[in-house]
Amino acid sequence: MALDRWIALAFIALCCVYGYAAFFTMDDSLPPILRRNPIWPSTFPKMLTIAGIIVGMVVLFSPKSAAKADPAKADGVIDLSRLGDYHVGQALALIGLMLGYALTLRPLGFLGSTVLFLVLGAVILGERKLHILIPVAALAAGSIWYLVQEVLGIFLRPWPTFLV
Amino acid sequence: MLEGLLIGLAAAVTPFNLVMVVLGCVIGTLIGMLPGLGPMSIIAIMIPVAIGLGDPTAALILLSGVYYGAIFGGSTSSILLNAPGVAGTVATSFDGYPMARKGQAGKALTIAAIASFAGGTIGAILLMIFAPALSTVALLFHSAEYFALMVVGLSAIAAFAGTGQVGKALMMTILGLMMGTVGEGALSNMPRFTFGIMELQSGFSFITLAMAMFALPEALFLVMNPARAAQGDSGKITGLRISRDEARAIAPVIGRQSLQGFFIGVLPGAGATIASFLGYAVERNIAKGAEQEEFGKGSIKGLAAPETANNAACTGSFVPLLTLGIPGSGTTAILLGALIALNVTPGPRLMTDEPDVFWAVIISMYIGNLVLLVLNLPLIPYIAKILAIPRNYLIPFILFFTLMGSYIGQNNATELLILVGFGVVATLLRFADYPLAPLLIGFILGTMLEDNFARAMQLYQGVGFILERPMTLALLVTAALLVLLPSYRARRARKRAEGVADGD
Repeated sequence: MALDRWIALAFIALCCVYGYAAFFTMDDSLPPILRRNPIWPSTFPKMLTIAGIIVGMVVLFSPKSAAKADPAKADGVIDLSRLGDYHVGQALALIGLMLGYALTLRPLGFLGSTVLFLVLGAVILGERKLHILIPVAALAAGSIWYLVQEVLGIFLRPWPTFLV
Repeated sequence: MLEGLLIGLAAAVTPFNLVMVVLGCVIGTLIGMLPGLGPMSIIAIMIPVAIGLGDPTAALILLSGVYYGAIFGGSTSSILLNAPGVAGTVATSFDGYPMARKGQAGKALTIAAIASFAGGTIGAILLMIFAPALSTVALLFHSAEYFALMVVGLSAIAAFAGTGQVGKALMMTILGLMMGTVGEGALSNMPRFTFGIMELQSGFSFITLAMAMFALPEALFLVMNPARAAQGDSGKITGLRISRDEARAIAPVIGRQSLQGFFIGVLPGAGATIASFLGYAVERNIAKGAEQEEFGKGSIKGLAAPETANNAACTGSFVPLLTLGIPGSGTTAILLGALIALNVTPGPRLMTDEPDVFWAVIISMYIGNLVLLVLNLPLIPYIAKILAIPRNYLIPFILFFTLMGSYIGQNNATELLILVGFGVVATLLRFADYPLAPLLIGFILGTMLEDNFARAMQLYQGVGFILERPMTLALLVTAALLVLLPSYRARRARKRAEGVADGD
């Protein structure tokens, strides 16, 4: 089964969970006075559930259209059947790095975690000239911190928690 | 209209706003050239800055400058590197890149700049003429019609997604609507679908969602497939001038495509991409003999057509945004979110309640187009150098800006986890060829759709309003037709294809 059908199936499953919440659990906490309303907070979600399941089924079961190869899209578009040729490892490592950034942003402070993120990101992609990379990352982190904190006035904790 | 123009001039031509136009155009052009960052991502990145300005007029002026700049910047990378940074400039690379390879890169960039300028300016004039008319019609609309209109808008977005894509686009729209219901609804202030998680109480942040849907998957695609950001030698950029004959050849193309592009841009969901492809196709069809042969091998007409059309369509897409409050494209959807964050509700009341915002935006469109032309012609040779930033530096920075964009708005690290999570899901969806713009449009329109639906239901004590108000019924029928017609036609085409295969 092609990936798009798996996604359609996952979407139908999501609709079922969503629909269960809308049909069976949500109205319990509704105050009696609101029950007289023609519309409840669950009305719209109920409609969405039904529409979602129908559309999901259509996508799941509709026959594959004869996709014409678009010459303009030929390069640059990812062909799933040869996924192994792509740098999937690098992409996964970068996703991990982003999660790491999210988790270290508070404890390490903006400057430390940003420099680390930019340096490690470039290293993952194959950059080895650390003597250029580290100053560039430090400069970028510093100037963005200055822009956000001083010019725009949005608070960003620059140093690790234990220092402040 | 003249009075409005004067109000707009007074509001837009302040030193601060002029700086904003120039700044927006420069930033848009610079970032737009980087393959992978389209206008949607750039505007999403700029939103925290724009909201930080506090003044809706200045913010909108900045963002529309960024929008135009990004479209123009995207053409630069299409022409020089055959790496369209934006879907709307894919058609530009059909003839622009061959021209650049023939050593006419300078001429190609000049034609692109002039065509963009003409398309944008003519589009702005049309916007000025048609927007007030559209908005008077819109004043007749009540919440029932608004609900129906949004349904039409959402189905149009799905219907224009292309053959074989309608179902998928519709599915994404519904997913967006569902995501819009998470959090406390305006109807009852009851938290819905939060599963007891505090962070979901106020719903998903739309900036996070925008970043996750567009910027993140694109950056990941760049990582996975380096060919996408293929870097070549920008070559020598010489011969900026175009001859009189060439100017005469492209003038009618620019005229036709400005009109066509604008009206395609007005349709919700069509936008710059379709306008540029359609513009290219139409011009190729009406070109004669030898000229038609030239298309695809470096024809100046083939370059001017999509460039004019995509800029005119960008302007056109402001019509439904400013007059009806319905964004026609992903980009204008992001703009709508920014406007709401600035406490401006686009819609029919915008022209009467806040004429200075409305007209200042139109005036800033002229200024923006002029600035782009003046700024970019002399800068063209230097601009190209930015593309030489090594990929190893470029991608971490794109990712970093994506993360910052959603962090600054919320100052909440959980938002970053949500961003990465949705980003991964969005990448999977893109693998499977699901369009992501409908999801974001559904998400943004969802709340308004539900509010209007609820209001109509309460006024009419039930769904009776659909039958009692003829316009609502007509709009809903239109919406149904929009969704059903393409699949009917696809089905018929398939049946016919099968018949041919059988030898009938």
